[in-house]
Amino acid sequence: MTNSIREIEGMEVIFVIGSNTKETHPVIANMMLKALHKGTKLIVADPRRVPLVRFSEIFLRLKPGTDVALLNGMAHVILKEGLHNDEFINERTEGFDEWEKSIETFTPHNASKITGIPEEEIIKAAKLYGGSRKAGIFYTMGITQHTHGTDNVNAIANLALITGNIGREHTGINPLRGQNNVQGACDAGCLPNVYPGYQRVDMPMVKKKFEDAWGVRLSDKEGLKSTEMVESAFKGKLKALYVLGENPMLTDPNIEHTRKALAKLEFMVVQDIFLTETAALADVVLPAACFAEKNGTFINTERKVQLVRKAVEPPGDAKEDSRIIAELSNRIGYPMRYSSAEEISEELGSLWPALSGISYSRIRANGIHWPCPTKDHPGTEYLYKAGFPRGKVSFTPVKYVPPAEVTDNDYPFILTTGRNLFQYHGGSMTRRVAPIEKHAGEPYVEINTEDAKKAGIKDGEKIKVTSRRGQIEIKARVTDRISSGVLFIPMHYREAAANMITTDALDPHAKTPEFKVCAVKIEK
Amino acid sequence: MKPTNTVIKVCMGTGGIAAGGSEVMDAFRTELDASGIEATVEKNCLMHKVGCRGLCAKDVLVDVIVKGQKTTYQYVKPEMISRIVKEHIIENNPVTDWVVGDDYHNFHKKQLKVVLSDCGAIDPEDIDAYIAGKGYEAARKVLTSSAPEDVIGIIKASGLRGRGGAGFPTGVKWEAAMKQASRQKYMICNADEGDPGAFMDRSVIEGNPHAVIEGMIIGAYSIGADKGYVYIRAEYPLAVERLRKALSDARTRGFLGKDILGTKFSFDIKVKLGAGAFVCGEETALIASIEGQRGMPRAKPPFPVYSGLWGKPTVINNVETLANVPYIIRNGAQWFSSFGTEKSKGTKVFALTGKIKNSGLIEVPMGIPLREIIYDIGGGIEGNRALKAVQTGGPSGGCIPAEMLDTPVDFESLAKVGSIVGSGGMVVLDEDNCMVNMAQYFLQFTQMESCGKCVPCRIGTKRLLEILERITKGKGKEGDIELLEKLSADIKDASLCGLGQTAPNPILSTIKYFRDEYEAHLKGKCPAAVCKELLTYYILEEFCNGCGACLRACPAKAITGEKKKLHKIDPALCIKCGACFDVCKFKAVKKV
Amino acid sequence: MVTLTIDGKNIAMPEGTTVLDAARMFNIEIPTLCHHPKLTPFGGCRLCIVEVKGVPRPLTSCTTPVSEGMEVTTSTPALEDLRKTMLELILSDHPNDCMVCEKAGDCTLQELAYFYGIRENRFGGERRIYEKKDGNPFIERDMGKCILCGRCVKVCDEIQGVGAIDFAYRGFKSKICPTFEKDLDCEFCGQCVAVCPTGALTGKMWQLRGRQKDIKGIDTTCPYCGTGCNLTLHVRQNEVVRVTSKEDTWNEGWLCAKGRFGYSFINSPDRLTKPLIRIVTRDKGQGTSKNNDSSLVTCRSSLFREASWDEALDYIAAKLKEIKERHGADSIAGLSSARCTTEENYLFQKFMRAAVGTNNVDHCARL
Repeated sequence: MTNSIREIEGMEVIFVIGSNTKETHPVIANMMLKALHKGTKLIVADPRRVPLVRFSEIFLRLKPGTDVALLNGMAHVILKEGLHNDEFINERTEGFDEWEKSIETFTPHNASKITGIPEEEIIKAAKLYGGSRKAGIFYTMGITQHTHGTDNVNAIANLALITGNIGREHTGINPLRGQNNVQGACDAGCLPNVYPGYQRVDMPMVKKKFEDAWGVRLSDKEGLKSTEMVESAFKGKLKALYVLGENPMLTDPNIEHTRKALAKLEFMVVQDIFLTETAALADVVLPAACFAEKNGTFINTERKVQLVRKAVEPPGDAKEDSRIIAELSNRIGYPMRYSSAEEISEELGSLWPALSGISYSRIRANGIHWPCPTKDHPGTEYLYKAGFPRGKVSFTPVKYVPPAEVTDNDYPFILTTGRNLFQYHGGSMTRRVAPIEKHAGEPYVEINTEDAKKAGIKDGEKIKVTSRRGQIEIKARVTDRISSGVLFIPMHYREAAANMITTDALDPHAKTPEFKVCAVKIEK
Repeated sequence: MKPTNTVIKVCMGTGGIAAGGSEVMDAFRTELDASGIEATVEKNCLMHKVGCRGLCAKDVLVDVIVKGQKTTYQYVKPEMISRIVKEHIIENNPVTDWVVGDDYHNFHKKQLKVVLSDCGAIDPEDIDAYIAGKGYEAARKVLTSSAPEDVIGIIKASGLRGRGGAGFPTGVKWEAAMKQASRQKYMICNADEGDPGAFMDRSVIEGNPHAVIEGMIIGAYSIGADKGYVYIRAEYPLAVERLRKALSDARTRGFLGKDILGTKFSFDIKVKLGAGAFVCGEETALIASIEGQRGMPRAKPPFPVYSGLWGKPTVINNVETLANVPYIIRNGAQWFSSFGTEKSKGTKVFALTGKIKNSGLIEVPMGIPLREIIYDIGGGIEGNRALKAVQTGGPSGGCIPAEMLDTPVDFESLAKVGSIVGSGGMVVLDEDNCMVNMAQYFLQFTQMESCGKCVPCRIGTKRLLEILERITKGKGKEGDIELLEKLSADIKDASLCGLGQTAPNPILSTIKYFRDEYEAHLKGKCPAAVCKELLTYYILEEFCNGCGACLRACPAKAITGEKKKLHKIDPALCIKCGACFDVCKFKAVKKV
Repeated sequence: MVTLTIDGKNIAMPEGTTVLDAARMFNIEIPTLCHHPKLTPFGGCRLCIVEVKGVPRPLTSCTTPVSEGMEVTTSTPALEDLRKTMLELILSDHPNDCMVCEKAGDCTLQELAYFYGIRENRFGGERRIYEKKDGNPFIERDMGKCILCGRCVKVCDEIQGVGAIDFAYRGFKSKICPTFEKDLDCEFCGQCVAVCPTGALTGKMWQLRGRQKDIKGIDTTCPYCGTGCNLTLHVRQNEVVRVTSKEDTWNEGWLCAKGRFGYSFINSPDRLTKPLIRIVTRDKGQGTSKNNDSSLVTCRSSLFREASWDEALDYIAAKLKEIKERHGADSIAGLSSARCTTEENYLFQKFMRAAVGTNNVDHCARL
């Protein structure tokens, strides 16, 4: 997020696209409602009538995978209506003219044809967003989990850039992170191309800095992305995999393929709190402590570093992940000696200025947003106040590209996947919570009332959903929440795992799988 | 209106219809058509409905006006019509047997009709009838030639005060709303008449809906509102129907809608039906109800004139208040303020009920002595029994004992004796009414109608009711009267809205004037012989002739006795149902 | 700014501030039951009444905005007497079974009854008795304990935008219930439970897990989505028995169903407690997508044997060294976790880069 959550309250317009905020980030939705009580206007763009729609001024029900057309269409209207911010464009951006040409064909008429949204709604939304200088965009995986996810993100950025809706309080671009500490994992350098703090592995200066700090020679070769690791294993190149608290056997696309790939590994270690589907394939399984059993920090979606405190002892011989890693490292010949999580945190802070000013004692009561370079720095609620890190930022022309797999006569439905309110991700935690399991313990596929009627499917009836990659049996939930021609399956349920049928097509840049669109058929 | 020889006015308020008004109208139509004369309806004879004229007890009331000469018939039934047509309309010879008597005229003599002046005279469903009587002239005058400040000046000078109960000066309320800077304001007519036995507002809307609409137009213009609501209970189907028709007619004639009467002023009115919760007559609860929320009051301040419907400045006036407005504008502030007392100007409509001969709807000048209402207008007590008290103001009100019958009826005087004018309920009680029982009746009502929001009203009135129940059941404890007084006082002080703040009034005022009755109950006696558990039935030797009627009527087999001999009631078996009392023709059964 | 006096203190407050907020800012205590700082004022419990000079009846301080020159008195014998009557009335319709109530020790009503010394009750009478019949798995609704303060109704509507419950019926029979008195079927955020001042709303899973006295509260951060709500874990005998969030946190005490009720996995019997080493080859009996919980747990013993930490870690170290020697460091990869702490992630990538010698490290950001 370029903004902090607190700033939501002061926004004039909130534009939520590809995010079921009320179910996947409920408390952020609460903050949005608080703003709405004060008169803020809400635009929601989603293929599904998600719960937040109830509070919206404008609901843009687009066909899955057509976000670029909508966003470019809105940009087109903003330019035509003269709602763009010339001063901002001149002072802080480049490449405007070239980009302007690229959206010429995205008239509301054309955008409407691609997205299925009525022209006037696109115009209305564009005027509302473009007419405000305190507008925030919010998105999640509905934007990124596409083969053109990077394009989607760029199209969003373009929209913010022409209106200048970034770099000030109460306005910006806000991807909502889906996991408690994705931000922290990225910040800490669990990415194949960068060290902690997004410092590139292929830059000699950086490499030198980390070699000096860690006292060892390092590789300057960019590593494999998680989706590439599976491919590499499948091809037999990758021999060993050490998995820390992940369950690709449920959360990666095309599970059968993942299973074959992992089976080819020579050696796999899984460190987790439960014996997950992935752990069941491992050669060694290590019992870890959960969040309530250790100290440390999580960095949330607004870049706020907050403390995690140990409340109870881990069960049996289970240990904190940090202790396991350190002990393993010691045995492998690279000694790690830390007496506390705080000590590790300080080492990270010494290697990345954005965290240098944050110490455990400062965040005892309230977290601090990075960047926070010094001990007396208050933290940074919103980014780019003083400009963009690379000076001027470029407009990136974005073309509309259809999803990798489109519907045809054999597979006439679009399947989209995601989370519901009660379960969480792979479900290894929430599915072990009795009341949640009692209330939301059964997998289901959402199907539009009309489609169900045509296919003779009744609410609660078991149907087969089949793609080119697999088939699951699952109960139908007949609802108008979803539009005709589209199905939705929550990802949480291993007994009817959506990822048995999803496609493993990836975004060429971010290597994110296209969970939000694949072609399927249904049978009774 | 067509020129006619003959006008027939049939009382078609809810009361008139219930007594058979529609059938009477049909009979007239058939009879006139059948007689094949010139006088057929709509040709030479005008027949129309009129609203309530007050003396509902004598419905169906029919005026027959032949050549300007008005004759009023009472208790009219369809089978009487042929004779009236033949003798009166054709031969111009009124049927004197059926003409109203002195009591009808006395009933009207001391009344002063402002709000009700057109009620019972004009056809409420005919906008032209209202216009013919100078209707909408006041609105026209105001909209085309007066500034809002001037209108408010007139209303203030007239001394008009709210007729819904609280008596707040209407002009002051309007002025406060006018001074609010908001672009959006609302004018609401409160027609959620909820007091048991009260039907003033219903009668006004049924009898002359356009006066209310005109009052709202003038009010809206004065405060700068462009939207209005009439909040009316769904249990008033006839009033709703007539109001809707009147609104639609007023819209057609350009009295409502955009740019009214060619001015820049726009205003329209929506009808919002209430579901019959008493508390929705409280203005903040009424607002909540219009907003689609449960009708629960909220604390004041802020008052609705500052923050009302949807948080905007809102004036809420009662039906009767608004219906006064066109007449004040037409006739001037001074005219209006010439009626009434120094602080209570104008007239007030009351629903006179209870143990009174002429029960019905009356309008009297403020300050009229209660005695005149009871004995001159009301014709005295039924069966010429002794008057005990008059209860005014419904469940929020209190009672005035017989010895204070010379109390003038106005806001200040009634407050001084511990009662209120309220919305206009007036219940006459005689020696057969138990005051504790009456207090219990009102508490049952208020407790049931409490919205449940605040503690003193929700739980406090329940506890009051429980104490009253045990007193009337003979299970009262020493200290109960004091506990009632203490809890009543606390509820009055601590309750959120008018409902709770006034709910203890019936208790406090009956304790004040009839404490001895409470004390008698504590000692196991109900002086009025009303409270069942405290009654004893016995048979008077000197009157019983042993007919056996009581023995047969007794469901508990508590009565024994041989034929022609004295019968006896076994108190251990008696369930105090009163069947023997009712059945005895010789007044031999006595209850104490 | 508006200037006024409260209990003789001169106070300046911005327009629109309520008398209650103004008083509390100056540490002047006024008792309340229905008031909640994050919700719009209700004015139902009548405990916060104050006297305002020139106003004939007491006003509720929670609903009354400050005004220029106002003179407020928060405590007089008359006010305290009224407050006592209000509390007595509430308690006359309350089970008063504090000794077996989940909420004892953390109950506003109990606290006020204590301070006002209410032992006897002048107003005994009928009490509302309701069956506890709501079958939802999360929230225990014991409506006999409900004092109709309306906080739950407001929080559900104003904060959560759901409106699952409202007042129903009138008079003494008034109660709060879901539409048509069906079982609660809502987002189960538990905001209503958090704001309930009595034991009317509690978590079903909290029952008989310990009351305030023996419970230790530890502040931490929610392990679910990226919002990062602040939690307090309530611990009794090394077990997390309840989760709450404090009102003064950035998330204002609000949580979702997962954050508030999704904690019992911590004590799940399925937790891994010992290192496991595989005893059959991978192509046999491997976990498949069709596996459910129980088959995974049962297959544990057929696929693995328990091992000591030393054995497991030595085995892993040897294997990794051997593979690195044979195929190079880049034949090894590490998949870290967005569920773990920042420190653990740092350590993991450091392990992969510095100890193993590869940049093959990533996590699930894209999933």
